Amino acid sequence: MPEMPVIPFLICFPIVAGLLMFCIRDRKLANAISCISAIVIMAGVGVLVAQWLMGDREPIDLYVDTELVDHIILGAEIFLMGLVTFLCFKYKRYWISLLSIGPTLLVAYAELFGPKVEEAAHIHVDHMAILMCLIVGVIGGLIAIYAGGYLIGYHEHHKEVEDRRHYFMMLLFIFLGAMFGFVLSDSLMWIELFWEMTSICSFMLIGYTRTEEAIRNSFRALWMNLLGGTGLAIGIVYFVYQQESASLSNLVALGAIGQTVAVLPVALIAFAALTKSAQMPFSTWLIGAMVAPTPSSALLHSATMVKAGIYVLFRLSPAMSGNLTGTMIAFIGGFTFLVASFIAIAQSDGKKVLAYSTISNLGLMVACAGVGTPTTIWAGVFLMIFHAISKSLLFQDVGATENAIHSRDIEDMHGLLFRLPKLAIFMFIGIAAMFLAPFGMLISKWSALRACVDAKNIWLVVFIVFGSATTSLYWTKWMGKIISLSHKTGEKLKDMSTIRENASMGIHAVLMIVVCALFPLVSNVFVGPMLVETFGKEDQVLSTAVLVLLVAIILFVFAVPALSYVYGRSVKINRKLSYMSGINTGEDREFTDSFGDSKQLWLSNMYLEDIVGQKKLLVPSQVFSLAVLLVMLSLIIGGVLS
Amino acid sequence: MAKVSRSPWLLHYDGSSCNGCDIEVLACLTPVYDAERLGIINTGDPMQADIFLITGGINTQNQAVVKQLYDQMPRPKVVVAVGVCACTGGIFKECYNILGGADTVIPVDIYVPGCAARPQAIIDGIVKAVALFQQRSEEHDRLVKEGGKGAAVNG
Amino acid sequence: MNDIVIRIIFVAAYLILAPFIGGLLEGIDRKISARMQRRVGPPVLQPFYDVGKLFKKQVIAVNKSQIFLLMSYFFLTILTGAMFFYGTDILLCFFVLSTAATFLYFAAVMTSSPYSTFGASRELLQMVSYEPAVLLACVGFYLATEVGGHVGSFKVSDIAQADYSAIMYLPGFFIAFVFILTIKMRKSPFDTATSHHPHQELVKGLTTEFGARNLAIYTITEWYENVFLMGVVGLFIINNNPISIAVAVVVLLLVYFLEILIDNTSARVKWMTMLKGSWYVTIIAAGLNLVILMLL
Repeated sequence: MPEMPVIPFLICFPIVAGLLMFCIRDRKLANAISCISAIVIMAGVGVLVAQWLMGDREPIDLYVDTELVDHIILGAEIFLMGLVTFLCFKYKRYWISLLSIGPTLLVAYAELFGPKVEEAAHIHVDHMAILMCLIVGVIGGLIAIYAGGYLIGYHEHHKEVEDRRHYFMMLLFIFLGAMFGFVLSDSLMWIELFWEMTSICSFMLIGYTRTEEAIRNSFRALWMNLLGGTGLAIGIVYFVYQQESASLSNLVALGAIGQTVAVLPVALIAFAALTKSAQMPFSTWLIGAMVAPTPSSALLHSATMVKAGIYVLFRLSPAMSGNLTGTMIAFIGGFTFLVASFIAIAQSDGKKVLAYSTISNLGLMVACAGVGTPTTIWAGVFLMIFHAISKSLLFQDVGATENAIHSRDIEDMHGLLFRLPKLAIFMFIGIAAMFLAPFGMLISKWSALRACVDAKNIWLVVFIVFGSATTSLYWTKWMGKIISLSHKTGEKLKDMSTIRENASMGIHAVLMIVVCALFPLVSNVFVGPMLVETFGKEDQVLSTAVLVLLVAIILFVFAVPALSYVYGRSVKINRKLSYMSGINTGEDREFTDSFGDSKQLWLSNMYLEDIVGQKKLLVPSQVFSLAVLLVMLSLIIGGVLS
Repeated sequence: MAKVSRSPWLLHYDGSSCNGCDIEVLACLTPVYDAERLGIINTGDPMQADIFLITGGINTQNQAVVKQLYDQMPRPKVVVAVGVCACTGGIFKECYNILGGADTVIPVDIYVPGCAARPQAIIDGIVKAVALFQQRSEEHDRLVKEGGKGAAVNG
Repeated sequence: MNDIVIRIIFVAAYLILAPFIGGLLEGIDRKISARMQRRVGPPVLQPFYDVGKLFKKQVIAVNKSQIFLLMSYFFLTILTGAMFFYGTDILLCFFVLSTAATFLYFAAVMTSSPYSTFGASRELLQMVSYEPAVLLACVGFYLATEVGGHVGSFKVSDIAQADYSAIMYLPGFFIAFVFILTIKMRKSPFDTATSHHPHQELVKGLTTEFGARNLAIYTITEWYENVFLMGVVGLFIINNNPISIAVAVVVLLLVYFLEILIDNTSARVKWMTMLKGSWYVTIIAAGLNLVILMLL
């Protein structure tokens, strides 16, 4: 068995680096250290992946005997409990502390006085873990680099917010460590700790500005995530007592062959994943999380943390395939996909659109996991990869744009292409990647639809079909806004983005295109073997002929606009004023009003507030999904008990 | 397909007309006269129009509008003044706000008299305009051939 | 090998003939519309005269990028049709088509002209209205190829060579598709984004800023798209029996006539009515059919 010292390094180094960052108050030094640490983390992931690819790519189990570490982990859990309780009392949200105290004591009791669990590996490295490490390491690292630059601009025009960037950077790095621990662990006890760590990091980041709104939203995020954590803890303890095992792979294996003992833990862990992935009815915390500075939105609330829930569901998918839990997860996911994409139409705040679209896309991934066939997981994994890259890019870009135009309202981004060309182009690439034809998201959606048809899941087919129509509506109108000429075109703006921000966004954009181009390779090297590991068989979703066709289309779709652009430049045209019933004053921006004065033209997108607004849809769909969730959970529990 | 005269598209603009001529212009499109059988279409968009049909006289309010609409039409183009007001200012000629006929702001090619102009007269005027349109189109083609693309742009 | 040659012939035929067929269909459309209104109407070749004239006019644009966006729309629509007639995945065809439609939207909003921006917004709502029915139709084709224990396929070539016509299993999908075809073909009562000649609202909506050659390109693209859409209608009928091709031609002419009839007998509706109407029809007709097919 090969030794992999890089694994403990990946988990511990970010935490140590984070603590170090907290201590250093010299800005230049701190910036340098954060940059270097991020690069070290990325290099670490590189080493891990290289070692893995060089080896025989079989799943590796490590660290069977870890009594000392187990105790440290228990200690850390109790420390976190204390921290949460302290903060809850400080801000007078007493009852929330119960959600932390209860599960922690439960887990501690099970560990100290419960049955002796059978010897098993605590770390499990396989294709899925490696893929998650890549996402967390590369995107997380880039966001950490971006964050250093972003906070400079942020604090420049948010004078009212206390400058605690050392605290912010610390949390970012600790979070990265926790994510690595989370995706690499196979021991449910370890998973529980890292799960809580991500929840609490997210909670503290949301409350960064310490405004009333931030505190309220952060506690909402906290209780929802802790509620999921409670479900997780109960599931784990139940499993430990029933089976005397604390191994996730063991649980999945038992679930996949339909053992009754696995039903309840799987359902509860899946429930926890729903909260973490912000599915209905728990989606409000992710919207509230948008008050935090952008890097945390990019890192936690789109690219990585919410993916933790998806990751767990993918792991559990063989155990959910075709049973009641799977049906529940698939339905909730599909429903969230549709409703969130509706609500996104009515948002004009760029970050809120991104948040709702994140929820919506996560819903699709959750649904893929719930169906739990190899083809749906294939589609889901690709959705996850593409979504992580493009969402991270978009969040960073909206953040940088906000620093320049002091607004993140989409209406204020009118003609951004002419005012901040670089940021507008990044934004364009990011949005295009979310729904246009040659990019991965659409291909993944296509295969998800196909897989759901194969799985004979009528509800999901309907959800996907209607959801993708509404999805393209809100993206298209945003893109249209960016490229429109006119009423704000005249203003010249100073691009505030620093080299670090640009580097991160540039790499993201390149990464996006490269992954699209290497689509078949990623499928063969990572996703295919992953399906073999998870399901014991691989379904070729895309035949070679289709892949060739796809590449051809990608080339064509890139080439056509490029060539027509060149052609368009060469054509000699006679420029005409735009048509305004003959009263255009001459610049396409103003018209003559009835008093003979010139009046500025102001064009706005439609938002259909009265029809699909948050006010109108959110509460009913929360109630509905909560009802579905409760009924299904009681059915599952009732089925086990009877 | 060399003949552009088969597809004359109109832009109809009401200056300060009493609406008598406008009714008659619209009457041309009805089943009785059916101007579309000649390929005539009332587009309402200067970018897509070939023949500019003006009714009513020009006043201080609309002179810039008429000028702009005329400028927005791509070449080759023809202007038809329909009704006596558009030709000369008509009975409103002496009004304090009237500047005169359409030819006070843009070059008018065809004058269709009448108060109001009858549909037959309007169609007759359009047919004449179409012939002129064809002639101008040929001139335009020649310019393009001789002077390259630049001539077409500036021509 | 032989198979590929036939496919390429199909694609070539589409590339060359589609504008003529599309233009001819529009000419017949205008003639029939005129007769329905008791007029003589323009000659059948009128659309070709129009396009010919538009090409002869001065090249104008409000913004240079308009040309590039329109050209992208043009080529992507052609790609859609070519893919369809080559026999590839029908779902991919529609995805490429929706990308093409997005470029058209960009070409319209780019100018920031009030009328074309209005038209473009309405175009987006039209896209939302028809997209579910289109995607569901693709799903329906897939399920129809599955009947009889075959492996399901989105491939146009497989669908066209099935033992039975797809419409036997997909009557609901067909109704939904014909319903949204009214939107796609920009026929009244759903021609809110931009309309054809006899109708006019918001100046020319989406196409307000397209003059001269730009309008010609737009018109030709529409012809290509209409032929593709007619192809999809035909796909509901065609099976491995050669006679079905003749039946398909008859059916699609009937469908085209139905669209003309609807166009001439209905007044334009508000967008909300359009959205609700098309979604209800999609859910009821196509949804019911889907449930039945999936439970079979």
